[in-house]
Amino acid sequence: MKMRMLTYSPLDSPLHRLSGAAKLIFFILWAVTVMVTFDTRSLLVMLLFALILLRVSRIKLRDYAFVLYLILIFFALNHLAIFLFSPLEGVSLYGTRHDLFPIAGRYIVTEEQLFYQFNVALKYVTVIPMALLFMLTTEPGEFAASLHRVGISYRIAYAVSIALRYIPDVQRDYENIACAAQARGIDISRKEKLTRRVRNMIGILLPLILTSVQRIETISAAMELRSFGQHRKRTWYNGRPFTWMDYFVIILIILIAAVSTYVTFQDGSRFYNPFQ
Amino acid sequence: MSRSKGLSVQSIVAVGIGSALFVILGRFGSIPSGIPDTNIETTYALLALFAILYGPIAGVLIGLIGHTLKDAIFYGSPWFSWVIASAVVGLIIGLASKRLGIEDGEFGKPQLIKFNLYQIVANAIAWFLVAPTLDIVIYAEPADKVYTQGLVAGASNIVTVAIIGSLLLLAFAKTRTKQGSLTREA
Repeated sequence: MKMRMLTYSPLDSPLHRLSGAAKLIFFILWAVTVMVTFDTRSLLVMLLFALILLRVSRIKLRDYAFVLYLILIFFALNHLAIFLFSPLEGVSLYGTRHDLFPIAGRYIVTEEQLFYQFNVALKYVTVIPMALLFMLTTEPGEFAASLHRVGISYRIAYAVSIALRYIPDVQRDYENIACAAQARGIDISRKEKLTRRVRNMIGILLPLILTSVQRIETISAAMELRSFGQHRKRTWYNGRPFTWMDYFVIILIILIAAVSTYVTFQDGSRFYNPFQ
Repeated sequence: MSRSKGLSVQSIVAVGIGSALFVILGRFGSIPSGIPDTNIETTYALLALFAILYGPIAGVLIGLIGHTLKDAIFYGSPWFSWVIASAVVGLIIGLASKRLGIEDGEFGKPQLIKFNLYQIVANAIAWFLVAPTLDIVIYAEPADKVYTQGLVAGASNIVTVAIIGSLLLLAFAKTRTKQGSLTREA
């Protein structure tokens, strides 16, 4: 069972040198700005900016190419579903109608629909490079420190750091248990019938959960013995002080967010309408 | 124990490990049900169990952190509306945790019914209401589409948690020592 996942790769680029907290703030504001706007112009500018950053970061395509395939499949299905359920969504959003060609029945391709779906796609595509950048250039240990830095309670930041630390361990447990079960003839592959498969899955879940509950007890006992949570604040081994670049990046994203929101709502609507 | 402020150490660790489990089961633990695009997501049975064991706050955080990490690590970017729906599931099922007393090894018919009532309400609110509404607000997707998706996802999660979640809880309760199970020998 091979698993491809996005992981931090230590490189040296201006983006790697930024502190995790600055990148987190940048990513959150970026995602919120993109969520708010439906303005094609600001989305296109932001996408271009994101692609330039991706270039600057020196991350290699093969480190995240597999994600792009998944996204592409998800994309195709999602857009098909949007069109199947609501072929004239764009018409009702933009208030005009320019037919291009009919397919069948109520399925008529309109310019408005194409433009609307293009915007939905654009919104999604604009977040992806930033999310990739954030994950590939931030060390997991520093991630917890940066969560704390942006004001999240260190207990929750620590929970996130435990999650990141134990994902490989839990995966190994899962594989061991699944293999042991298969050796005893408990199959969870598609060769089994559905009901049988569900029952066999429970046979794997229960030992996994029991070992996890035990592990929780061990870890929390160890943490309590070391007086975790005695004080209101704590320091982080991986925490980095802000440099002028970090401040610059934060000011930059605030500017981007402000300009994008202004451009979006300047005409009183969330949507950029080229049809009127 | 440092129960004075915020989460207990055990809850913090439970959130961490629970989120890691959510990520792994979210990736490997889904069984195609035969209906297109509808999977049996065993990870929600796990979320239900952990919410019952560690309470509503742990439930919210496991839903939130687990789902965000799963989306981020495997799909490149979190789909925020569904992340929040997962957190709602964890929260509402977690509210039942005080009323069940599973750590005492008690899990009979009344507890089973109570658990299922809570999980049905939780999944209904999360997938029929929260997820599609946020999809419309954030992504401006067509209402028909997102409510249909929510209906399918919610129904399949309710069935999954009803079967796998209940069986896991039953099996888990058996591994705990019953309260007052000691008898004095004459």
